[in-house]
Amino acid sequence: MSPQAAPAAEPASPAAGSPLLVLNNIEVIYDEVILVLRGLSLSVPEGKIVALLGSNGAGKSTTLKAVSGLLPSERGEISSGSVTFEGRDVTRMDAPDRVKNGMSLCMEGRHVFPHLTVADNLIAGAYTRRDKAEQIELVYEFFPKLADMRNRTAGYLSGGEQQMLAIGRALMAKPRLLMLDEPSLGLAPLLVTEIFGQIARLNAEIGLTVLVIEQNARRALEVAHHGYIMEQGRIVLEGSSTELQENPDVKEFYLGVGGEGGRKSYREVKHYKRRKRWL
Amino acid sequence: MSTAVNLLIFGLADGAILALAALGFVLIYKATAVINFAQGEFLLVGAYTFYTCFVIFQLPITVGILVGVVVAVLLGIVVERLILRPMIGQSHISIIMVTIGLSGLLNAIVQMFFGTGVRAQPAVLPSPPVSILGATIPGNRLLAILIAAIVLTVLTIFFQKSKHGIAMRSVADDEQAAMTVGISVRRVYAMSWALAAVSALIAGILLADITAVDLHIASFGLMVFPVVILGGLDSVPGTIIGGLTIGIVTQLVSGYLDPGLAEVIPYIILVLILLIRPYGIFGEKRIERV
Repeated sequence: MSPQAAPAAEPASPAAGSPLLVLNNIEVIYDEVILVLRGLSLSVPEGKIVALLGSNGAGKSTTLKAVSGLLPSERGEISSGSVTFEGRDVTRMDAPDRVKNGMSLCMEGRHVFPHLTVADNLIAGAYTRRDKAEQIELVYEFFPKLADMRNRTAGYLSGGEQQMLAIGRALMAKPRLLMLDEPSLGLAPLLVTEIFGQIARLNAEIGLTVLVIEQNARRALEVAHHGYIMEQGRIVLEGSSTELQENPDVKEFYLGVGGEGGRKSYREVKHYKRRKRWL
Repeated sequence: MSTAVNLLIFGLADGAILALAALGFVLIYKATAVINFAQGEFLLVGAYTFYTCFVIFQLPITVGILVGVVVAVLLGIVVERLILRPMIGQSHISIIMVTIGLSGLLNAIVQMFFGTGVRAQPAVLPSPPVSILGATIPGNRLLAILIAAIVLTVLTIFFQKSKHGIAMRSVADDEQAAMTVGISVRRVYAMSWALAAVSALIAGILLADITAVDLHIASFGLMVFPVVILGGLDSVPGTIIGGLTIGIVTQLVSGYLDPGLAEVIPYIILVLILLIRPYGIFGEKRIERV
């Protein structure tokens, strides 16, 4: 457990596996004025699931957009620091090339192509690849429901089905790193269990490396090997998921199973975080 | 009876060419959300490029078409790259004004080189009289219908089934999501403009052949608006049915009622459709789930 008050110069490297993705002290600015990430470092080891947790507005989604190269489309940019993938600097690479190199993002809010059928959504996902037939079989194997509804228009699927389709579509590019932005957003608890179950299966069976953002910290830490906690554009806590689940601060603020006196008010939480120098 | 068959075939020929012109318009609208007021001028440029090769330089028809395709692709790419890409993020009205400006520019360039008179061009399509159900039809109309049908089918299949067609539809649906699967949005934009210019080229050559090589070709392009509003701005099958409907209705009105009325009937249909079914017969209502 290493609380980081100031941005670390060297990215912390979790115990097992060589790092597939390393973010080294990156700063992200929107519109040339709004500083959203303030020296963020993290690393994702090959073959592991890493969870990135934190409250609203901490910069989690921005982190994933920085990794997947989507910032320029939102007038944002990485103003300092570097992103390396498999030891290669990809900080300035454009989004399509990152997908070609094995980094896929599944955006928050699912973002399936609503007027395309399920099958066409998957084919679109394989845009960068030639061998889509075997990959589509793999997706149907992990999400058999999609196979049954391959000719349905994606916009009319339920939220859970759309989430499966969004993950399936990201898998079509045969990624080495799958980034998931809030896969549980707006879904019923049973569906959330199913989705996270599939994420764990993908990791175990095909060795997919996953970086997942979640509001639902408990669920995320159940499947993740390692976790980072973000506040105000920086990492404030990191550790293995068991360490984080046992950590009193994490319990208090992110898992909602705090010690004495039940739940804290917003003011108390803010005061506490400030005292911890997280804000 | 023979008049009716005659008008119907003439209407189908006009309609098929209109559908081709409108298809380019729909491709651009679907992929880039730009309403291209210069679509008629794309027909004009196509027709005059072919005229230049075929009549002025006396090249064979196939070479003329090939040069036309190259010019059309370049025109599409240049327009996208130099005129529309800098406009990304601007309001729809600004972009529409730019395409209106572009139509004036292209029209003026054609006038500068070729003047405003009618140019004589020997027939490209053979025109033996064919008799169908008692009516005698010039064969070039039938061939025009056939060619337009083939091109429309190929483009529809491309759009529905091919990897790049699916990529274009993905970009139309959700640009950012398209980027996350590795689709280059810029390339898709350029491809839509180039394809639109090529379909306009074919429409322009056909139209020039069954009518004449002059500036009215551009005003024929204006009729894409009734077509796409009727069929649905974003629907490929709708465009084809819209084109055929407008072509046939115009011919029937011109034959049975009044040629003057035929000039305005497409726009009367346009207004009616806007009042009754603003998204067209086949247009997609936006799917919204919360």
